[in-house]
Amino acid sequence: MASGEAVPAAGHRPGRVGPFLRSQMRNIAPFLTLILLTAFFAFASPSFATLDNFGNILTQVSVTGIIAVGLTFVILCAEIDLSVAAIANVTGIAVAYFTLQESYVNIANVPMPGWAAILLALALCALLGLVNAFGLTVIGIPSFIMTLAMMQIAAGISALLVRGQIAYKVPPLVSTLGSTSIGGIPWIVIVAALMLLGGHLVLTYTRFGRYVYMVGGNREAAEYAGLNVKLILGSVMVISAVCAGIGGMLGVAHFGSAQQNEFDTYLLDSIAAVVVGGTSLFGGRGGIGNTIVGLFVLGVLNNGLDHVNIDSFLKILIRGLILLAALVINVYAQRLRERAAD
Amino acid sequence: MPQDRSPVLELAGITKSFGGVEALRGVDFALYAGEIHGLVGENGAGKSTLMKIIAGLHPEFSGRFLVDGQETRFRSARDAHAAGIAMVHQELSVAPDLTVAENVFLGNQPTNRLGIVQWRRMAREAGEQLARFGIDVNPMSRLGDLPIGQQQLIEIARVLFSGARIIVLDEPTSALSPPEVERLFATLQRLRDEGTGIVFISHFIEDILRVSDTVTVFRNGRKVAESVAAATTKGALIEAMIGRGGEALEHSYTDDLMLPTSNGGSVVLKAEQLSLARSLREVSFETRSGEVLGIYGFMGCGQQELSRILFGKLTPDSGTLSVDGRPRRFASTADARRAGVALVPESRRAMLFHQEPVYKNISISILERISALLLKPAREREIAKRQVQQLQIRPPVVGLDLGMLSGGNQQKVALAKWLSYPPRLLVLCEPTRGMDVGAKNDVINIVRDLRQRGLAIIVLSTEPETVLSLSDRILVLRRGAVVREFSNEPVSKDRLLAAA
Ligand SMILES: Nc1ncnc2c1ncn2[C@@H]1O[C@H](COP(=O)(O)OP(=O)(O)OP(=O)(O)O)[C@@H](O)[C@H]1O
Ligand SMILES: [Mg+2]
Repeated sequence: MASGEAVPAAGHRPGRVGPFLRSQMRNIAPFLTLILLTAFFAFASPSFATLDNFGNILTQVSVTGIIAVGLTFVILCAEIDLSVAAIANVTGIAVAYFTLQESYVNIANVPMPGWAAILLALALCALLGLVNAFGLTVIGIPSFIMTLAMMQIAAGISALLVRGQIAYKVPPLVSTLGSTSIGGIPWIVIVAALMLLGGHLVLTYTRFGRYVYMVGGNREAAEYAGLNVKLILGSVMVISAVCAGIGGMLGVAHFGSAQQNEFDTYLLDSIAAVVVGGTSLFGGRGGIGNTIVGLFVLGVLNNGLDHVNIDSFLKILIRGLILLAALVINVYAQRLRERAAD
Repeated sequence: MPQDRSPVLELAGITKSFGGVEALRGVDFALYAGEIHGLVGENGAGKSTLMKIIAGLHPEFSGRFLVDGQETRFRSARDAHAAGIAMVHQELSVAPDLTVAENVFLGNQPTNRLGIVQWRRMAREAGEQLARFGIDVNPMSRLGDLPIGQQQLIEIARVLFSGARIIVLDEPTSALSPPEVERLFATLQRLRDEGTGIVFISHFIEDILRVSDTVTVFRNGRKVAESVAAATTKGALIEAMIGRGGEALEHSYTDDLMLPTSNGGSVVLKAEQLSLARSLREVSFETRSGEVLGIYGFMGCGQQELSRILFGKLTPDSGTLSVDGRPRRFASTADARRAGVALVPESRRAMLFHQEPVYKNISISILERISALLLKPAREREIAKRQVQQLQIRPPVVGLDLGMLSGGNQQKVALAKWLSYPPRLLVLCEPTRGMDVGAKNDVINIVRDLRQRGLAIIVLSTEPETVLSLSDRILVLRRGAVVREFSNEPVSKDRLLAAA
């Protein structure tokens, strides 16, 4: 990067990345990580870099991707939503609860037409999102705590609905979108792609999207600009819950069953996807593009580790270490950016 | 003047650019022990940039840098600190979530042999230091809860008592009341007599002349003048700063000024019996369209709280507000904005998005007007360009991140965001803080123009000059109560100070 700075003989300049590169670190680093991981696994295993396997990866990250759309909004506002996996779970269970199950399924469920089941499930997740929003903006509970409580509440509703049983049937629309393909492309991948695209368009091209970035960038300044900060924060909590709910319904169809604790790993995965992609935990920086890169990093990592021959217990540790490295980069990139700006 | 000795700090041929913008071009600067060196120059002239180089915050620059005659390069603020250099930044750089005591001892907290922080000792010593400086606060209170002026004082105290032998103060007095400024100057003079080298930046040229031994003038990234303070005048300095025959721009307001008779516009805002905890007591007033109401008082007199109430950020304990005759209860700042109220607060950090470009900072409050659902960035930029031209914001690039502007130019951006769709009532807190002489004059003209267009304007300031230069009518606030109103009568700086 030529910075246009005169370099006289007396002055010495340490060789450093230019300010532009430094400020872009947050976008570049995750991308490099992705390329390195892909190259590594392609080299380590012949079965990794195939078209089939690429399709696998896409399918594997779809549910996480749908949940991560809403979470991106939340994290851009410098808040957090720890209840996404639990809300996904309860929404998936609810949609099955309102569907007629086979006679051997021992759940006191309330069968309804497919559309009604879907609407009720959506209403449930939206309601839980509203409760999060209320706690955060009206009562003033930090989102970390509020959604921690919501995580437990949603898990509790799930438990009451299924009572330790497993339900299998979901409305036809849901099972089509969750478990079938069109032209060789799984519907769930298409839904995830469309939701990611939608999230991107909202964040980049709408007034609401701008407000999300501004509230995340400097909440006090947003308030002094006369923005309705509480409304914006409340909205992102609801968006997050609804995205989680949609992910949950399709996930249930995808897995073929609805049961307690089915989505537990998705909390970490969806937060990791957003943050690994480079969206700042301090708010205001990043976006859906980053989340997509983060999803691929995670997808390649999870999938690739299955293709190489290592101790499966070691894999868990490796995953953790790579996530840690990505988080370190996230925080470090923030600092570099601040330095570049001062 | 201690010119016979060699300087403690010497910079030669300093050049620094940001991207393509040259902030400093071949600047020479020398500071002696036992000297107060005043630095003046227009907004964006490069004062802060040079000081940041001295404090190790801009490690990349070209030119020679000598401390005690030794060629040196600081890699970081820590290096500068180790060399005995401390700085008070133009932007407050305190830690709002820590206690007052922690802030005073930031970076060198007293610890016992086990490395455990000695809280009690820290609180006691912090209290003593602050008391010496005339600040009476509980050292264990959270710093962010204090008014901004006190935060500034505490930051200054930290630096002054850090034991540094070279001290840089970048516009330290912008939020201080006259008695506090006096105390600061007394302390500076004592430190100077003890052999400390001090650089003092300010847009208050009288202050610079009074307290400095040497004065240096910057213009457009170059040093254009340096002289012994006693041998120069305000007029000469202003002329060196901005080139025009500048004296006319700066009134001293020592003589009486006649406030105009009321123009009888319609009442825009009526505040009745506003009270807020310990800050405000039964404050009532009204403002009319086409009138500028000045509210003057020392720091902590309740101005800040009053402005927040008018903008819906604070809810009064009792009292009522009405806008255009309709009673209003603002539940949020968004409510207030919709009712036609706009506020420019005194703290830049609180009102601007440093990581966002200038045009987004300007358009944020008017997005509703220019876009229903989808953004129109081209239109935003166009509006921003117009404001940037009108207010002469430098550099005139609306796509630049706000953090890259000089302090005074940031202040102008904060004002700009309300000007494209003027509100009914504009509340300005310290509107000229940190602005150079020319820019202050621009603000005066803008405010007059807005008044002409029928806005009601409230100017709250702790600087008598600001209030006097802008207002048609002046209220004086003391300890949360209105103690005097000047209208249709002569007023001067002395009368104002006496009333407060
Ligand atoms: N981090 C940065 N990136 C890009 N440009 C910068 C940066 N910091 C300062 N500048 C530019 O350098 C120039 C000098 O700025 P500086 O802050 O030194 O001005 P100043 O004399 O302190 O002005 P003020 O009185 O307004 O505080 C300005 O044009 C400013 O826009
Ligand atoms: Mg400055």
